[in-house]
Amino acid sequence: MTPENNATVRGTAVRRPIEHFVADFDETPLHATDKVKEDHVPLSLWGEAWRNLRRQPLFLLSAFLIFVVIVVCLFPGLFSQIDPTSEACQLANSDGVPAGGHPLGYTQQGCDVFARVIYGTRSSVTVGLFTTIGVVIFGGIMGALAGYYGGWVDAVLARINDIFFALPLILGAIVMMQLPVFRTNRNVWSLVLILIIFGWPQISRITRGAVIEVRNADFVTAARSLGVSRFRSLMRHVLPNSLAPIIVVATISLGTFIVAESTLSFLGIGLPPSVMSWGNDIQSAQASLRSNPMPLIYPAIALSITVLSFIMLGDALRDALDPKARKR
Amino acid sequence: MSSAVQVREQGADVERPLLEIKDLAINFRTSNGDVNAVRNAHLTVMPGETVAIVGESGSGKSTTALAAIGLLPTNGRVAGGQILFDGEDISNASEKRMIELRGSHIGMVPQDPMSNLNPVWKIGFQVRETLKANGLPSGPDDVANVLSQAGLPDAGRRAKQYPHEFSGGMRQRALIAIGLSCQPRLLIADEPTSALDVTVQRQILDHLETMTTELGTAVLLITHDLGLAAERADKVVVMYRGQVVEAGPSLELLRNPRHPYTQRLVSSAPSLASRRIQVAKEQGVESSDLLAPTEPVVVEEALPEDVLKVQDLTKVFKLRGALGKSTDFTAVDNVSFSVKRGTTTAIVGESGSGKSTVAQMVLNLLTPTSGKIVFDGVDTSTLNSKQLFGFRRRVQPIFQDPYGSLDPMYNIFRTIEEPLRTHKVGNKASREKKVRELLDQVALPQSAMQRYPNELSGGQRQRVAIARALALDPEVIICDEAVSALDVLVQAQVLNLLADLQSNLGLTYLFITHDLAVVRQIADHVCVMEKGKLVETGSTDDVFDSPQQDYTKALLNAIPGAQLMLPPEVA
Repeated sequence: MTPENNATVRGTAVRRPIEHFVADFDETPLHATDKVKEDHVPLSLWGEAWRNLRRQPLFLLSAFLIFVVIVVCLFPGLFSQIDPTSEACQLANSDGVPAGGHPLGYTQQGCDVFARVIYGTRSSVTVGLFTTIGVVIFGGIMGALAGYYGGWVDAVLARINDIFFALPLILGAIVMMQLPVFRTNRNVWSLVLILIIFGWPQISRITRGAVIEVRNADFVTAARSLGVSRFRSLMRHVLPNSLAPIIVVATISLGTFIVAESTLSFLGIGLPPSVMSWGNDIQSAQASLRSNPMPLIYPAIALSITVLSFIMLGDALRDALDPKARKR
Repeated sequence: MSSAVQVREQGADVERPLLEIKDLAINFRTSNGDVNAVRNAHLTVMPGETVAIVGESGSGKSTTALAAIGLLPTNGRVAGGQILFDGEDISNASEKRMIELRGSHIGMVPQDPMSNLNPVWKIGFQVRETLKANGLPSGPDDVANVLSQAGLPDAGRRAKQYPHEFSGGMRQRALIAIGLSCQPRLLIADEPTSALDVTVQRQILDHLETMTTELGTAVLLITHDLGLAAERADKVVVMYRGQVVEAGPSLELLRNPRHPYTQRLVSSAPSLASRRIQVAKEQGVESSDLLAPTEPVVVEEALPEDVLKVQDLTKVFKLRGALGKSTDFTAVDNVSFSVKRGTTTAIVGESGSGKSTVAQMVLNLLTPTSGKIVFDGVDTSTLNSKQLFGFRRRVQPIFQDPYGSLDPMYNIFRTIEEPLRTHKVGNKASREKKVRELLDQVALPQSAMQRYPNELSGGQRQRVAIARALALDPEVIICDEAVSALDVLVQAQVLNLLADLQSNLGLTYLFITHDLAVVRQIADHVCVMEKGKLVETGSTDDVFDSPQQDYTKALLNAIPGAQLMLPPEVA
């Protein structure tokens, strides 16, 4: 079919003249093909994420709350000068109502509730933070090796992962805490260790998935064909590009580890009663729930706000780090 | 059929445009404020007419068409002007009215056949859904009828299959069936074939043309390919940066473009008429003229030697089948060719022809099942890890996807410096100097050094990838579809750059592509591959001027606008 009769065949019943329109050159100036935009400062992925985050109310609120929690954690003395330890408590004040200098009243043991909430922050947040760090390091290594090398390495590591995934965190921790070695050494660090043992599979799976996604990217192939070794391209290219989902999940799970600590302490097998923590306080206040619910409610509120702010931070980070949302 | 008759009658009575867009302006709300995506756009589609909108990515062509069917993204809105469908202004019509119009009056064939069918529903169900939504009979026979009209053989059985059981071409046919199932008066086809191979593209477009002519449907075809637009449409509208720069009868526009942008577009569109980009060709002509005839007794070394020799290369992949049985799939079947130093050899083929697998094996990223690859006299499969490291220095790849081949975490400086650092070339200062030189060579400003890939356009990224490939002064560069993802003008720019670099640095290219028109511009030798086998090899001129194999002829014929792009006296 030659072009000329093409038009006639295609033409409908009426042949219409088609006008040849040309836009005014002044109104449609030509631009240089493919010019580099130089009108703004260079932005890395993290820089761009930060710029998005700065404008998100969810991030600002959660960041503010987390900042407050961390300050309380580091310098509890700034907020309460009252000694909250059991030795300093006066039974005379048992279940006392709020009074001057004691805004939240007293527990059954006569301790200041406000001071206990403030001083309990440290152990709860420490457990959450260090468990998360441990889980990211251990789970991250396992997941990255499994995802990147594939084959039998993946088969072995992924099965180990599955076995641990099948063990419930709380149940596993309850059983482990009964072991003689942990029963005699109950403290923040033994709890962190146990939570890491049962908490790593989730991060490991996320890392494995993210690494598998990135490992086939063209830039990894490009690096390999430049002569970069396998391990180096894992460290230099694959891992940095898999970090975003890991950070998001880690932030959210930080909240759940704090909850796990409180749950275990509430059940009486987490931190020993001598360590002040929200879980322990909730547990000891449970006895007088009907007569004086306040000593239970205040640590519970503190716990909820802390956990919520970490989960909100995770959500905000997920939105900011979403690769699909990035301009191409 | 009744609607078609109606249209004809209307056309005879009063010439009222079916779709008329007047001074259309569309804004997008973004985090950086409002962006004008389209300004002063105007076009008319008469009943039964095919109109093509041509433009590069981001020119606003799809946005204009989507506005006509009321499917702008949620952050976009019509900020001014009118969209008249059969005399009715629908630019701000209610959602209810738009739903009435969609399907029954305005149909749509979307771009990507891979993602536009819902993978969990059978094809038949998805056709029936459309028929039902528009109140048409939707029994199994009606569905099969619609599908068979779109050219799907054995439609009754096909309707019971899922999208993953269809090839790309068949999916696109199914989408066309859905788009035309209610016999709309206007069909908007948004790049309907850009994801398909040329031969399939031709079949699909032929069929679409037959169907719409039969039904009297007007077509608004959106494409980036000027040749395709001119071949298929009565009228072509060229858009550039959100504005219509030129519109007119397709042939007239192609042969006598008046706006500078259209002129630029026409001159850089690669076609069979174009010749080998000159810089390199001149040199080639000179050297052979000087060497061959005047000095008949030349020593062997003076002749361009084969830098790369591929012998009986075969790659068999094991595909996992049912019940743990694996079936063999021969991706590359007994392929042999050689590449002379300082020349460009192109491997051409459609998707699945095994051309990329060959590239991967030449790059030593895949191990051949049998056969060997000899680079500069050494069989590459015998290299130990240290020799392989040296080999990597001499053979470099450039990949297809300019968005995927640069690490988004690395800025441009680190990206280009990486090969230098990996091979421990020079110190920090000398490496920085080298990166600056490389940026100059690929015509990127040195200020781009601190930028990140996401801030660059596709063409710029591809130039960064070229700079990275050049960093180690390689002898051979393997370009795997290196310009396929780029807009025409940018593609021309990159091809010119590659040709310049070849003549300045004496590079050898192995160019993997599906685009024969590009081959014509860049290659000295061509290898045509089909289903893993090499079907034809020869010099570019021979293969293009007198193709020997049917497959090669079919490929050449399928290039859209192949005949049109020839200068008038030839055509």
